[in-house]
Amino acid sequence: MGTFILIVPAVIFMLLFFIYPFLYGLVLSFQPAQGDWLANYARFFADSHLWRTLNTTFNLALPVTIINVALALPIAFRMRHKSRHQRWVTTILVVPITLGTVLIAEGMLAYLGPKGWLSQALQFVHLYDGPIRLTHNYWGVLLSLVISGFPLAFLLILSYLTGIDPVLERAAATLGANSWNRFRHIYLPLLAPGLAITFCLAFVQAFSVFPSAVLVGAPAGSTRVISLAAYEAAFEQYDYPMASAVAMIMGLAQLAVVAAVLALRRGFYRGPVVGGKG
Amino acid sequence: MSFNELQLKGVSRHFANPAGARVLALSELTVTVPRGEFVALLGPSGCGKTTTLNCIAGLLPLTSGSIWLDELRIDVLPSEKRGFGMVFQNYALFPHMTVRRNVGFGLRMRGVATAQAERRVTRALELVQLTGHEDKLPGQLSGGQQQRVALARAIVIEPPLVLMDEPLSNLDAKLRLEMRAEIRRIHRELGRATIYVTHDQDEALSLADRIIVMKDGVVQQIAAPQEIYAQPANLHVARFMGYRNVLELEVRQVNGNAVVLGGNGLRLEGVAKQPLERRAMAAIRPEDIALDAAGSLAGRIEAVEYCGRDSLVDVRTASGVLLHARMSASAALGESVRISVPPERVLVYPAEAA
Repeated sequence: MGTFILIVPAVIFMLLFFIYPFLYGLVLSFQPAQGDWLANYARFFADSHLWRTLNTTFNLALPVTIINVALALPIAFRMRHKSRHQRWVTTILVVPITLGTVLIAEGMLAYLGPKGWLSQALQFVHLYDGPIRLTHNYWGVLLSLVISGFPLAFLLILSYLTGIDPVLERAAATLGANSWNRFRHIYLPLLAPGLAITFCLAFVQAFSVFPSAVLVGAPAGSTRVISLAAYEAAFEQYDYPMASAVAMIMGLAQLAVVAAVLALRRGFYRGPVVGGKG
Repeated sequence: MSFNELQLKGVSRHFANPAGARVLALSELTVTVPRGEFVALLGPSGCGKTTTLNCIAGLLPLTSGSIWLDELRIDVLPSEKRGFGMVFQNYALFPHMTVRRNVGFGLRMRGVATAQAERRVTRALELVQLTGHEDKLPGQLSGGQQQRVALARAIVIEPPLVLMDEPLSNLDAKLRLEMRAEIRRIHRELGRATIYVTHDQDEALSLADRIIVMKDGVVQQIAAPQEIYAQPANLHVARFMGYRNVLELEVRQVNGNAVVLGGNGLRLEGVAKQPLERRAMAAIRPEDIALDAAGSLAGRIEAVEYCGRDSLVDVRTASGVLLHARMSASAALGESVRISVPPERVLVYPAEAA
């Protein structure tokens, strides 16, 4: 009874701000302006202007997630031992999480735009004289998502890593394992479930990209992501049922990837990550 | 890998404490361990014994000194190149690997062929009597079984030297006695050197061929268990080896090693272990105090702690000195008794600088 009372606020919150809006949207998506109850979904997959946003979003979110996890893993691995050094580097690496996508986008425009500092510097030393095209296209959004998504991946992996008993690595060393084998046979298998979770969260974050797709991307072309399609339906065409349908498809796509990764995770060892009695 | 002796030459290790000052963890340890010997590093926690072990294993770099395996200098090699087997205090079993894969890990890292590795793992598990548990994960085993896996994993690589860091401290008393016998048996069967860290003098006495007693990073005495037990080199070793009665007295008479001490209304004859000045400390083991109608010390029994075979008895002398005695004779609380100590069992050391 006591524990029940404790979870009541959380349950009410979930019902009010997640379950109800979700169900409302779900029902709304089946009440199109014209046609039968599946008309919105039929229209989404019939109209290339719409279904292509799904591809575009996957083309951004998957590489971004892989880059962020692949980048965060070796850096977090180097930082796994507690030290003053670790605290400083962690702080610096985590700063982008506090900036917000808009500030990052502004910074990118100033540094990486055609007349930005990077372009000018490269032209100054005559390394590359052509114009640099790193904004207002696919690469701009990719870069912005890497900058804003990296801290989350890094912090998550670091916390999983520091939870692994360092004495295991020392034991492996005395048994003849060099640093690569210690990573490969001890850290990686124990970290795998954490990496799966990190991948899921980083993917969901990247998949719902919106501001940077507009600010540093090409929102009419190569970075017309699915959230833009939902936005247009809702606030430009005032077709809420269609916007809900797009949001449902978006949610389903995310769910499919998360489910696939978690299914893969079942194959990994998921027990304690210490090597003996406490 | 066959070898004749492990040599530690002036091995030292300093740490920086949080305030930035240098702290001595291990000072100038020089010792030679021949093949087949079982050496115990004994001392209270924080005495530098685990530091010593980690230095030998390559898990900590030395501040100065060198370590040699016959003609090969090994303190410059990383841990994975030294090839010593190590048993950790909390076992450090790989939680995601079965018992078989845990034990086989060292062989796999050495590229031993699968069939041969399989045979060696089976034999190691037989040696620690864990046959039948090959496919379990460490989490499914009891503490004692985990300890055996850790032992098998350390010895299956046939290391020249097995290092053990308080391997029995997490086990209950009964299991500890059983594993102690196992460790001794396995050491004999392998015929290699073992260095064993412990804070338990019983463990050190029963297992080791030679004991190194340490305090604050400094070696106090290196000797056979019998000698450590009967002839502690200094007061610290004596205290650690169970000389519970330590009395500060004045030196009245010196005749070679034989001394007569007095003060506090007592008169004691003893043996000087170090050169003495005016004041001295007499160390007496509770076991060496006996009820004796003709004894020179009189007192009253103040407390009796029954231990089965014998009792721990506190005797307060007329002058107020409290002595701990272990005696099998029945003693009643409040009873007046006379006690004596054989002079050769009263060890006399210089008084500690206050």
